Amino acid sequence: MMASVYNAKDEDGHISVSGPSGGSAAAMRGKRPENTAFKQQRLPAWQPILTAGTVLPAFFIIGLIFIPIGIGLYVTSNNIKEFEIDYTGVDMSSPCFNCSQNLSWNSSRPCTCSIPFHLDQPYENNVFMYYGLSNFYQNHRRYVKSRDDSQLNGDLDALTKPSKECEPYAYHENKPIAPCGAIANSMFNDTLEIFYHDPNGTRVPVPLTSTGIAWWADKHVKFRNPSENLNLTAAFQGTTKPVNWRRPVYEMDSDPHNNGFINEDFIVWMRTAALPTFRKLYRIISKKDNMVPTLQRGNYTLEVVYNYPVRSFDGRKRMILSTISWMGGKNPFLGIAYITVGSVCFFLGVVLLIIHHKYGNRNNSANNSN
Amino acid sequence: MLRRRLNRLLNNDERRVDSRTIFVGHRSGSPNDAIIPAKFCDNRIVSSKYTVWNFLPKNLFEQFRRIANFYFLIIFLVQVIVDTPTSPVTSGLPLFFVITVTAIKQGYEDWLRHKADKEVNTYPVTVLEDGRRIRKESEKIKVGDVVEVEEDETFPCDLILLQSSREDATCFVTTASLDGESNHKSHYTVSDIERDLESLNATIECEQPQPDLYKFVGRMHIYKNDQEPVVRSLGPENLLLKGATLKNTQKIYGVAVYTGMETKMALNYQGKSQKRSAVEKSINAFLIVYLCILVSKALVCTTLKYVWQSKPGQDEPWYNQKTQREKDTNIYLKMFTDFLSFMVLFNFIIPVSMYVTVEMQKFLGSFFIAWDKDFYDPEIKEGALVNTSDLNEELGQVEYVFTDKTGTLTQNNMEFIECCIDGFQYKHRDGSAEMDGFCVPDGPVSKPQQKAGREKEELFLRALCLCHTVQVKESTDQNDDQIDGLVADGEVSLQDQRGFIASSPDEVALVKGAMRYGFTFLGLESKNMKIRNSNNDIEMYELLHVLNFDPVRRRMSVIVRAKSGETLLFCKGADSSIFPRVRQEEVERTRTHVERNATEGYRTLCVAFKYLSAEEYRQADEGLREARLALQEREEKLMAVYNQLETGMSLIGATAVEDRLQEEAAETMEALQGAGMKIWVLTGDKMETAKSTCYACRLFQRNTELLELTVRTLEDGGKRREERLHDLLNEYHKKTVQDAPPFKGGVTRSWSCASQDYGFIIDGATLSMVLNSSSESSSHCYKNLFLQICQNCTAVLCCRMAPLQKAQIVKMVKNSKGSPITLSIGDGANDVSMILEAHVGIGIKGKEGRQAVRNSDYAIPKLKHLKKLLLAHGHLYYVRIAHLVQYFFYKNLCFILPQFLYQFFCGYSQQPLYDAAYLTMYNICFTSMPILAYSLFEQHVPMEVLLDNATLYREIAKNAMLRWGPFLYWTVLGVFHGLVFFFGVRYLFTNPALQDNGQVFGNWSYGTIVFTILVFTVTLTLALDTRHWTWINHFVIWGSLAFYVFFSFFWGGIIWPFLSQQRLYFVFANMLSSVSAWLVIILLILVSLLPEILLMLFRKRRGPNARQQNMVESGTGDTQSPRSSARPLLMRTFSDESSTVI
Repeated sequence: MMASVYNAKDEDGHISVSGPSGGSAAAMRGKRPENTAFKQQRLPAWQPILTAGTVLPAFFIIGLIFIPIGIGLYVTSNNIKEFEIDYTGVDMSSPCFNCSQNLSWNSSRPCTCSIPFHLDQPYENNVFMYYGLSNFYQNHRRYVKSRDDSQLNGDLDALTKPSKECEPYAYHENKPIAPCGAIANSMFNDTLEIFYHDPNGTRVPVPLTSTGIAWWADKHVKFRNPSENLNLTAAFQGTTKPVNWRRPVYEMDSDPHNNGFINEDFIVWMRTAALPTFRKLYRIISKKDNMVPTLQRGNYTLEVVYNYPVRSFDGRKRMILSTISWMGGKNPFLGIAYITVGSVCFFLGVVLLIIHHKYGNRNNSANNSN
Repeated sequence: MLRRRLNRLLNNDERRVDSRTIFVGHRSGSPNDAIIPAKFCDNRIVSSKYTVWNFLPKNLFEQFRRIANFYFLIIFLVQVIVDTPTSPVTSGLPLFFVITVTAIKQGYEDWLRHKADKEVNTYPVTVLEDGRRIRKESEKIKVGDVVEVEEDETFPCDLILLQSSREDATCFVTTASLDGESNHKSHYTVSDIERDLESLNATIECEQPQPDLYKFVGRMHIYKNDQEPVVRSLGPENLLLKGATLKNTQKIYGVAVYTGMETKMALNYQGKSQKRSAVEKSINAFLIVYLCILVSKALVCTTLKYVWQSKPGQDEPWYNQKTQREKDTNIYLKMFTDFLSFMVLFNFIIPVSMYVTVEMQKFLGSFFIAWDKDFYDPEIKEGALVNTSDLNEELGQVEYVFTDKTGTLTQNNMEFIECCIDGFQYKHRDGSAEMDGFCVPDGPVSKPQQKAGREKEELFLRALCLCHTVQVKESTDQNDDQIDGLVADGEVSLQDQRGFIASSPDEVALVKGAMRYGFTFLGLESKNMKIRNSNNDIEMYELLHVLNFDPVRRRMSVIVRAKSGETLLFCKGADSSIFPRVRQEEVERTRTHVERNATEGYRTLCVAFKYLSAEEYRQADEGLREARLALQEREEKLMAVYNQLETGMSLIGATAVEDRLQEEAAETMEALQGAGMKIWVLTGDKMETAKSTCYACRLFQRNTELLELTVRTLEDGGKRREERLHDLLNEYHKKTVQDAPPFKGGVTRSWSCASQDYGFIIDGATLSMVLNSSSESSSHCYKNLFLQICQNCTAVLCCRMAPLQKAQIVKMVKNSKGSPITLSIGDGANDVSMILEAHVGIGIKGKEGRQAVRNSDYAIPKLKHLKKLLLAHGHLYYVRIAHLVQYFFYKNLCFILPQFLYQFFCGYSQQPLYDAAYLTMYNICFTSMPILAYSLFEQHVPMEVLLDNATLYREIAKNAMLRWGPFLYWTVLGVFHGLVFFFGVRYLFTNPALQDNGQVFGNWSYGTIVFTILVFTVTLTLALDTRHWTWINHFVIWGSLAFYVFFSFFWGGIIWPFLSQQRLYFVFANMLSSVSAWLVIILLILVSLLPEILLMLFRKRRGPNARQQNMVESGTGDTQSPRSSARPLLMRTFSDESSTVI
C-alpha cells in the first residue's frame, strides 16, 4: 500500500470528505456492488401525494372538529366570572391616592386604604384571587437572571456565598442576602384582604387560603429551606434580609411549612412572568359547601396594605377575582381562534370542492376527446 | 498514445539547467577525483501533515481559516468576553463538536498516512555495499546506493536499472499505482555494464528531480581501468520509478538517483485544485442575506433599546438596579456591547450545523453512486468511482457536455477492418479468410479480381508485423487474471492464443490483423524480432532503432536489419503526416481509400518504408545516439533526426481499423440532448472520422445543417485566411443567431423550436486562429461570435484538438455569459486537461490507462452510465441538497424570529425566549436528523421516470431551486411561521392563568410552548415535502419528535447540579397538564401548515400532473407502466379521474 493513497486533497479546515472510494479504491475494485434495496435506493417507500382527494376531506374534518371545540372554548371562557379592580391610586378620587403619593420603603407605619366594590353575580366554586401588575418588566434579562437557585434549593454554601448573578443584591453591609437577587428583593408585599358586607351590615372577612398557589414541584423540590429540621432562624444565621423587605425570610409565615424559602407567595413571585403585564395568583377562596356560593352577590371591600410602589415606572396594580374552568382563566382568544380556523378550513373545503367539480369535469372531457 | 502531464507548478526549464552527479556505489569515478558527497535528502517519505506536537495548533489554525468557523469562533469569543444573554456553551458546544469531529477525521487520516509512511519507510530492502548484501530499512537508502529488487516488489526509490536477471537485459514493471496503467512496460539496462557490479566504477549525471513521470534525461560515465570513460545516455526507459512494481523479472539491480521526497512519485503529490459547486455559491449568497438580516435585527433592537430607555423610569426601575460596574461603563461602549449581545442572541439564524449537515449529506450521498449496481461493468469488474463528493449536486446542473471521441463515444476496442495495398482494397471477412490469401470484395474503388503484387502484399504485412512496440505476453498462468482490459486475446487464431501488450490498442489491432493474413509476430528476443510468415517460416529481423510515436509527428518508425543484410525503415502514421513524406504519385492511389475509410468512421493509418544504405544508416545511427546523449534539448534534437530520417519513403498501403461505438452511445447522447444539454465533441481525430461518429451517435441528424469552419473551408474562398474567417463567422452568426426565431425561455431553447438544427464543426488550427487572433480587439470579437454561434447549435464538433486546446474550449464556455455548468468526459491522458478544467470531470475506465480516472471527479465504466449519473443521480442530488439548504435557512429563521419579537416585550434586554438547552439542541438534535434523512433518501420522482423523461432535467436547470424566487418563498414561510408562533402564544398569555388550578405560567413556559410548536411545525413541514417515505424517514421524523418530548421531560425532571439556574424545572410537564397549552399547540401547528398544504394543491396543477399529461402524450406504453405502479393507492382511488382540481 502506498502512502499516496491517503492524499487528502484539501484541508482548509472544513470537513472535507473525499469520496467513499478515498482509501478503499483498491478494495472496491472488482467487487460487485451489493444488490440490496438500501444501496440501490429502492427501499420500499410510501409515496403520498397531496391531492384534492386527500386534502378535501381533511379540510372538512378539521372544520367539523375545530368549530365545535371553538364554540365550547368560547362558551367556557364567557362563563368564567372575572372581576378586576385597579387600586394603584393614580386618580385623586381613588382611595389609595394618598398611599401612592407618600410611599417610602422605610416608613414604619404601613399605609392602608380600602376600596369598596360590588359583585353583580354570585361566584360559584373556588374563586381565585390574583394581583396584577402592569409595565413591570419581570422578564427583563438583568432581572430574570438575578437569583440563585442553589441558594433557594437550600444549599448551605450558596446561602452564605450568593451567586454573582445576584449583584447588586447579593450582599448588604457585608452580609449575604438571603434570598439574594433582584427578584426576591422586589417581592410584591401589598397585603390584600376582602370583606363581605352582609345584608345585615356586618363586615365579614372572606377566608383566604394562601397555600396551593405555587407549582407543586416548585414548592416541594425546587425550593427548600437551608435546613429542614433546624430552627429556621438559626438556619439563616449570618445572613441578612433583602434590602426592601420588612421582615427576614424566616418570618414570612407562622406555618413552618409555608415559611422561609418555601413560602408560596415567595415561590409564586419567583416564577418570572412572560410579559410586562401579568397577574399572579395571590389567594384562593375555597368553596365551603354546595348550598352557598363562594362569593355571594353583594358589596365587598378590598382592604389594601399599600407597600408596593409602582408609580415611579408608570405601573399599575390590580386585584382580580376569577373563577377557573378546565381551560384556565378567562381568555376568549382560543375560542375565537378555533372558530376562525375551523370556518376557514370548512370554507376552503367548499371552495375547493366547487373548483374541483368544475375543472375535474372539464379535464375529464378533455381527456375523453383525446 | 499521448503521455503528457501538465506540469503546472514546477518550471521545468529552470530545474533542468543544473544537474546532479551521483557516484554509483559511492566509488569515485576516476581515481584522482575524491568523492565530494553531495547532500541529497534521505529516502524518507513524509506524506503526513502533522506530528503529535503540532497537530493541535496547526489543525486548529487550518480549521479556523474557514470563514464560517471563524465567524462562529468570533461569536463564541464575544459570548465569553461580553455579558451576553446566552451562555458561551450554546454556541461553543456545536462549534466544539464540529471542530472536534473535523479534527478527529483529519487526525485519523493523518494517522493512516503516518502508518503508510512508516510501512513504506521501514520496508526492508537489500543494498549492495562493498560486495556484501546488506538488509536495510528503506528510509536509509542514500543516493548512489545499489539496490536489489526482487519480483513483485515495489521500487523503494527512483533507480537507474543496472542489471537484470533477464537475458535480454530488460525488466518489466507495472506502474499501476502511479498512473494506473496496468500493462507491463519494459525498461532497459544501461548497455556496456559488466556483470560484476562490485567493480563497476561509474558516475551518473542527471537532471534535478522533476515531477514528469515520463521524462528523464541523464548520462552515465563508465570508467574502465584507465580507459577513456564510456558515456551512455539515460532516458526514461532506464529509470525505474518508486512505487512501480517489478514484474516478470526475478531480480534487478539499480542505483538510486532520486530518493525520498525527491522521487517522481512524491513530487506528483500536489493535490488537485479544489472545485466548488454552484450550490455552495448560492449558500454563500443566502448567507450574506441572513447576515444582513442578523445585523439589521441587532441594530433595530439596539436603537429601540436606547429609545425606550430614554423614557424616565424604564432604564433602571427601583426593582432592577444595575451593578456599580454597569453604571460606570461608558455609554458608547455599552451600546456596542449591547449590539454584540443582540448579535449573539440572534446568531442562531446562521447555523453551524448547516455546514456539518451539508458535508455529511455530500459524503454519505456519494456512496449511492459507488453502490449503484447499474454502474457495475462485468467486463472490467468495476463499478463507478467517486473521487470527490463535493460535486454531487452539480451533476444535476450540467448545461454543456464536452466529450472525447476515442474511447468515450467509441469503444477503443480496435478491430482491423480492411487495408489497402498499393491502391487495391483488401477486406477481411471474418473467419472465412484463407490462411494465405485475401478476400477481395467488390468495393466501388477497387477493381475486382485485381491484386497488388505478392511482393507488395508481403512487404506490407511485414511492415505491420515489425513497425510497432507491441510485446507478446508471456503466458504465466498466475498473472492471467491480474491483467485486465489491455490484454487482447487472440480471438480468431486457432493455433495459438496469443496475448499482445501495447500502449495503444491500434497497434494490437494491426498486429492481429497481420496475423489473420498469415504473418504472426512472435516476439522480441534480444533485439531480434521474430515473425512467422505465411509459409510458416520464421523470419528474424534485428531491431536497430525505434523512433517512438509522438503526437506532434503523429507517426512512428522502426529501423530493422533483415537477415539478408539490408536495412529497412518502416514507418506508420496518420495520412497527413505520411503523405508529404512519400512520392506523390503513390499518394493518389491510396488517398481515395483513406478518405472513404475515414468517412465510414474508421481510423486510418498509412504505412511506408524505405531502404537505408549502409552510409545512410551509419549517419542515422550516429545522429540518434548523439541526440539521445544530449542532456539539454534532447527532444528537439531527436525530433530533428527523426524528421530527417522519415523522408523520401515509399507508400505501401493504408489500414482501416474500426473503433466501434460504445454501447448505447446514441441513446445516451439523445437523452442528454433531450435534457437540454449541449454536447460538444472534442477530439484529436480527423474531421471525417469524427463527423461520421457524430452521425452515428445521432448528434448530427440528417436534417442538421452543418456549419464548417475548418482549414479547408478557410482556403476555399481564395481570400486571405483571416478575412475568410471573419466572413464565415459573420455569415454563420447571421444564420444561427440573428435569423433564428426569438426564444421564449432560456431553458426550452433548441428543444421547442422546431426550426432548423445547426451543427458546427471547427478544427484545431482554426480554433487557435479564433482564440489567438492577431489583433486584440478582433480576437475578442471572434470569440464572442464563435460562442454565440456555438450556443445556438445543437451539437458542436471540434476536431484535431490538442489536449490543451480542449481545456481552452472548456474554459471559454465556462467563463462565458451566465457561467454555465460544464462537464467533461474522457478516458485518456489527453482528456485530463479538460477534465480538470470543467466543473465536473468524468473519467471513463477505458483502455487508455487510468490517468483520466485518477484526475476525474467521478469515474464510470461506460459512457452509457452517464445517463443515469446525470438524469437520475444528479437530478436527485440537486433536489435534495437544494431543499436541504432552503430548509435550513427557513427553520432557523422561524426559530429566531420569535426570539427577536420577544425583545419588544422584555424591554430590549436580550432576554432569550428559549432555554439554553433548547437553543443548543435545536439544530443538533431536534431538527437535524429528519432533514439529513430527507436529503439522503428523497426521490420526489421515481428514478425510472427520471430516466425515461429526460425533459424533467430541464425543470431544475440553471439552479432553479436555489434562485431568489424559491429563497424568497422559504423566507416568507419562515417569517409567517415565526409570527404565528410568537403572536399566537402571546395572545394566549394575555391571561397567564392557564392551568385548571388557577396557577400561572411564567416566561419559560411561554418559551417552551413556542419551542414545542416550532419543533413540531418545522418537522411536519419537512414531512409534507417528503415524497418518498422509507422506514428510515418514518423512524427519523417521528423519532425526532419523540426524542424532543422525551428530552424535555428529562431535562425538566431533574435538578441539574451543574446548572446555576433551574429554569426549565417541571416547565414541560406543567405545560402538558394544561389543556389550553395543548389546544394552542395544535391550533398553531395547523395554522402554520395550512398555507403550504394549499400552495401544494395549487402548485400540483402545473407540476406532476402536467408531467403526467406529457407522458400520456409522448410516452409509449412502457414509460407509463413504472409510473402507474409507483403511484400510491390514495391517489389512484380518488383522483385518477379527477387529479386536476384547477
